[in-house]
Amino acid sequence: MKISPEKALAIATLARLEITPGQAATLGAQMDDILGYMDKLNELDTAEVEPMYTPVDQPGALRVDEVTTEFPRSEILRNAPETDGQYFIVPRIV
Amino acid sequence: MSQLFDLSLTGIRDRLRAGDVSVEAATTACLERIAATEPAIDALLHVAGEAALDQARAMDAAGPDASRPLWGVPITIKDVLATMGMPTTCGSRILENFVPVYEAHCVSRLREAGAIILGKTNMDEFAMGSSTENSAYKVTKNPWNTGRVPGGSSGGSAASVASGQCFASIGTDTGGSIRQPASFCGIVGLKPGYGRVSRRGLVAYGSSLDQAGPMTRTVADAALVLQVIAGHDPKDSTSIDAPVPNYLEAIRGASLKGLRLGLPEQYWGEGLSAEVDAACRGAVDLAASLGAEIVPVSLPHTEYAIATYYILAMAEASSNLARFDGVRYGLRSTKSVDLATMYTRSRCEGFGEEVMRRIMLGTYVLSAGYYDAYYKKAAQVRRLIRQDFLNALGKCDLICGPACPTTAFAIGENTADPLQMYLTDIFTISLNLSGLPGMSLPVGLGRDTGMPVGLQLFAGNLQEAPLLAAAAVLEANLPAMPAPPIA
Repeated sequence: MKISPEKALAIATLARLEITPGQAATLGAQMDDILGYMDKLNELDTAEVEPMYTPVDQPGALRVDEVTTEFPRSEILRNAPETDGQYFIVPRIV
Repeated sequence: MSQLFDLSLTGIRDRLRAGDVSVEAATTACLERIAATEPAIDALLHVAGEAALDQARAMDAAGPDASRPLWGVPITIKDVLATMGMPTTCGSRILENFVPVYEAHCVSRLREAGAIILGKTNMDEFAMGSSTENSAYKVTKNPWNTGRVPGGSSGGSAASVASGQCFASIGTDTGGSIRQPASFCGIVGLKPGYGRVSRRGLVAYGSSLDQAGPMTRTVADAALVLQVIAGHDPKDSTSIDAPVPNYLEAIRGASLKGLRLGLPEQYWGEGLSAEVDAACRGAVDLAASLGAEIVPVSLPHTEYAIATYYILAMAEASSNLARFDGVRYGLRSTKSVDLATMYTRSRCEGFGEEVMRRIMLGTYVLSAGYYDAYYKKAAQVRRLIRQDFLNALGKCDLICGPACPTTAFAIGENTADPLQMYLTDIFTISLNLSGLPGMSLPVGLGRDTGMPVGLQLFAGNLQEAPLLAAAAVLEANLPAMPAPPIA
């Protein structure tokens, strides 16, 4: 068993998720099942194979970096849970 | 063809252009069809009826504009694509009240072409699912049998098009999410090659896999919609800067004579239901009788595609979905006391179970000590899978196989076991890893379930035109698909 409930809780913390001990047990078992299936890839020798991270032959196409004002501040703030009209407001940090 | 909503997109487009039908009448026909069918199928998350009718009346007042290829045509959009003035929820609670400040590139293209955006379609949350049962809002039903799923994740789009609520919908396909629901609902679904259609405004799930494309009732309709949405976007760095051919021209007078159709042995054997096998083989026999040469090919790494796909897609998802933190948009938990608990609680209150599962798996495969064993390994196998396709396409012009091992499964049938649900994607998933274009074409109804069966065609890089051309010939020679028995 790779993913114990404790391990599942630790992964949740890394992923900024909060799960209950009950969820940790269920998710851990499901992850175990899924990762067990993924171990199938170890049947293949890929030592000489270049990883493929994108289907694009030449990723990272560049364009001229031009400064434009695309959106008014009020539009950008429109969907925020809390603002002061100028900035996003979050719970106090310091 | 007794009713307006039965017409194809090209059919209604021609009548609108000729002034035989008003835009208001076409829009009203769709809205009435939505009212009649929606209680049974739950395909839509948002309907912008008044705005659509206002736009329709303004267009009628101005008169037909032949320079706009979709002038007056009502369509729907999967709720993962950003739309101005309409919510974009991705089927998730975390974006429940989110109305984007900008529009997806392909949606802007559709509006410029004269389309009327009727509403947004239901989907598995953040496109993670194969049945549209993972939506936070509702479960969409298959218009052919409301006890069965429409497929997913673009199940709302597929059900909406199949039931006549609209003349086309835009879906997205990360691991088969256009082609599988198209197959289950008996419509045409095209996944363009990666980079053919801009991803700007498509809320990212697996950035190296996601692609938007048309879902329509005919091949010509798919060609017309692709014509509008394909092309370079300087604001998407993975968008391909290549000329867009005239797809409608390509399908006109097309022929299968001399076309080499490759049948991968891995797609035509074990695990395939008898009725899907029979319907798909019937279509292949038809292709042969029309002059296609049937060539055996092999995609030897097919059995590794699901493991490869889910590792890469979950890794990309865990990174992409980090942006949902309750700060700039979306749900913020009211139970938070400090910044860290605000992040975690907002995410847990906002995300559904499948999304949490994929984020956690993605976090695990990217974490120190496991990165090489899972993420890098999967990226290496991805190259082998792509090479399989290139090798096969060296021996044939198009690859051909069933879209799914079975027809639409029952609602609830695969929800208890996530791995079992993933395994249903076996025939669609490899294509996204390769980045190549493909489509699903309805070829009839299964003899056992009476549900639609889809045949898939895959083509080489930027070869959407020959793909559409072959599908159009098959469509013209197959018996016409009946309308689903809904309302």
